[in-house]
Amino acid sequence: MPIKIKNLTFKYMTGTPFEKTALDNVSLEINDGEFIGLIGHTGSGKSTLIQHLNGLLKPTSGEIYIDDVCITAKGVDLKKIRQLVGLVFQYPEHQLFEETVYKDVAYGPRNLGLDEKEIEERVKKALEVVGINYEKYKDKSPFDLSGGQKRRVAIAGVLAMQPKVLILDEPTAGLDPKGRDEILYNIKRLHEEYKITVILVSHSMDDVAELADRLIVMYKGKNILQGTPKEVFKNVETLEKIGLAVPQVKYLVNSLNRKGFNINEDIITVSEARDAILKILRGEEK
Amino acid sequence: MIKDITIGQYLPGDSVVHRLDPRIKIILSTIYVIDLFLINSFLGYLYVAIFTALVILISKIPFKYIFKSLKPILWILIFTGVLNAFLTPGNVVAKVGPFSVTDKGLYLAAFMVIRIIFLIVGTSVLTLTTSPIALTDGIELLLNPFKKIGVPAHELAMMMTIALRFIPTLIDETDKIIKAQKARGADFESGNIINRAKNLIPILVPLFINSFRRADELALAMEARCYRGGEGRTRMKQFNINKNDYLALTVMLLFVVISILSRR
Repeated sequence: MPIKIKNLTFKYMTGTPFEKTALDNVSLEINDGEFIGLIGHTGSGKSTLIQHLNGLLKPTSGEIYIDDVCITAKGVDLKKIRQLVGLVFQYPEHQLFEETVYKDVAYGPRNLGLDEKEIEERVKKALEVVGINYEKYKDKSPFDLSGGQKRRVAIAGVLAMQPKVLILDEPTAGLDPKGRDEILYNIKRLHEEYKITVILVSHSMDDVAELADRLIVMYKGKNILQGTPKEVFKNVETLEKIGLAVPQVKYLVNSLNRKGFNINEDIITVSEARDAILKILRGEEK
Repeated sequence: MIKDITIGQYLPGDSVVHRLDPRIKIILSTIYVIDLFLINSFLGYLYVAIFTALVILISKIPFKYIFKSLKPILWILIFTGVLNAFLTPGNVVAKVGPFSVTDKGLYLAAFMVIRIIFLIVGTSVLTLTTSPIALTDGIELLLNPFKKIGVPAHELAMMMTIALRFIPTLIDETDKIIKAQKARGADFESGNIINRAKNLIPILVPLFINSFRRADELALAMEARCYRGGEGRTRMKQFNINKNDYLALTVMLLFVVISILSRR
């Protein structure tokens, strides 16, 4: 399920005094099974971009191909695309509406016109993937759950469509550390076990450094940087100039180096830093 | 799609009309509307047309926006015109099947349609040149004298302000919920009327829940900032009636006199 984006431009409210270019000639390729981190400050076009990937927004100009099918052409089966490309919005728990957890998760598969047995299986599996006990919670009201649980149920609602590509818009916003870790763990597992392509929109440089294979940096509707986290996070100045940052541990490494240590500048995750620092400390002790 | 709806349809600008005191603008619009119903000759409406066009020119609102405001009432206009033309007794000028068009009917139809058009255009000029907040402030100040007889002026204005403030928020929210449910394969565009109504549940339930939550939060936030109603409350923007306002009032009165003189 490779995704190809060609010269995508999107303008809000064209032809009015309020016209605004949200995406400016963006071209991208996302390969099968990749884990993409999409970063950029608020209003940089991230959310607009991901809404194009399942046909919720129609581009002003440009094309998007999913599996070599042009989804921006007229007369495409949008339902099919939305099944293949699952999109989890920000605060997805705000879209829960059914009386029970089961019914809510079943909403997607039911829209696909599947039979009851298949729906039940999918609901079971989706809830299992997000770590919600099926038997215990299926008949509960989604509104009685905790914030983190609600969000996981909402994500299960998208997973039950069994998408090949999963896009998540800041899935950890507003969660406590435990809820955050659980969600990120679930996403990681999905990517590793089911080989789903994941596009994670995030404001946490630490999270994307830890999880993503490749980063895409958006700024003012343009894709200004991309590459592996290590490559992208080398551009400290550019990132800071556009309102982003590099992972905190990179700042630690930089200040240690300024004090005379010699730690590899490529380090972007906590565990790498720990190993490198331990190595130096032990080396010095000897 | 849903974002294109403009309620209150304020068009920011810096013309003389924009800068008039909202109280004066509300009063002027009221006079204008009353005047529309006093006029009973085509000559009078010619004056109205010229006057309205001048006001629009001064306010620098593109005529496009004025016409846009007429679009939703197109059917009302057609309906009014046709009904009046057919159902008024008088000398028959034409026959369509069993129905007949009368001379008086045509006359009345033309009057009614013109009246409604100017009614909408005139009030559109008010809403297009006055921000919703200024408008509610103006209404509050105008209602203030009636507080003595129990009109809750401040509370009404506060409710209007809050309602207006949340219209864009709710539109955004609806848009988001529709998209989220579409992402889960929902189809809002096809099916019969019962199915379509059913399809609204996944939008309405979250919308209501979020609105209640938001109202709760807003009430708390207001109390946290010591809000306790209108008593002794001062305002950040003081309205001053100045030279231009008196000028506008004079022009309007002059116009009313001229148009009433055209009465037959």
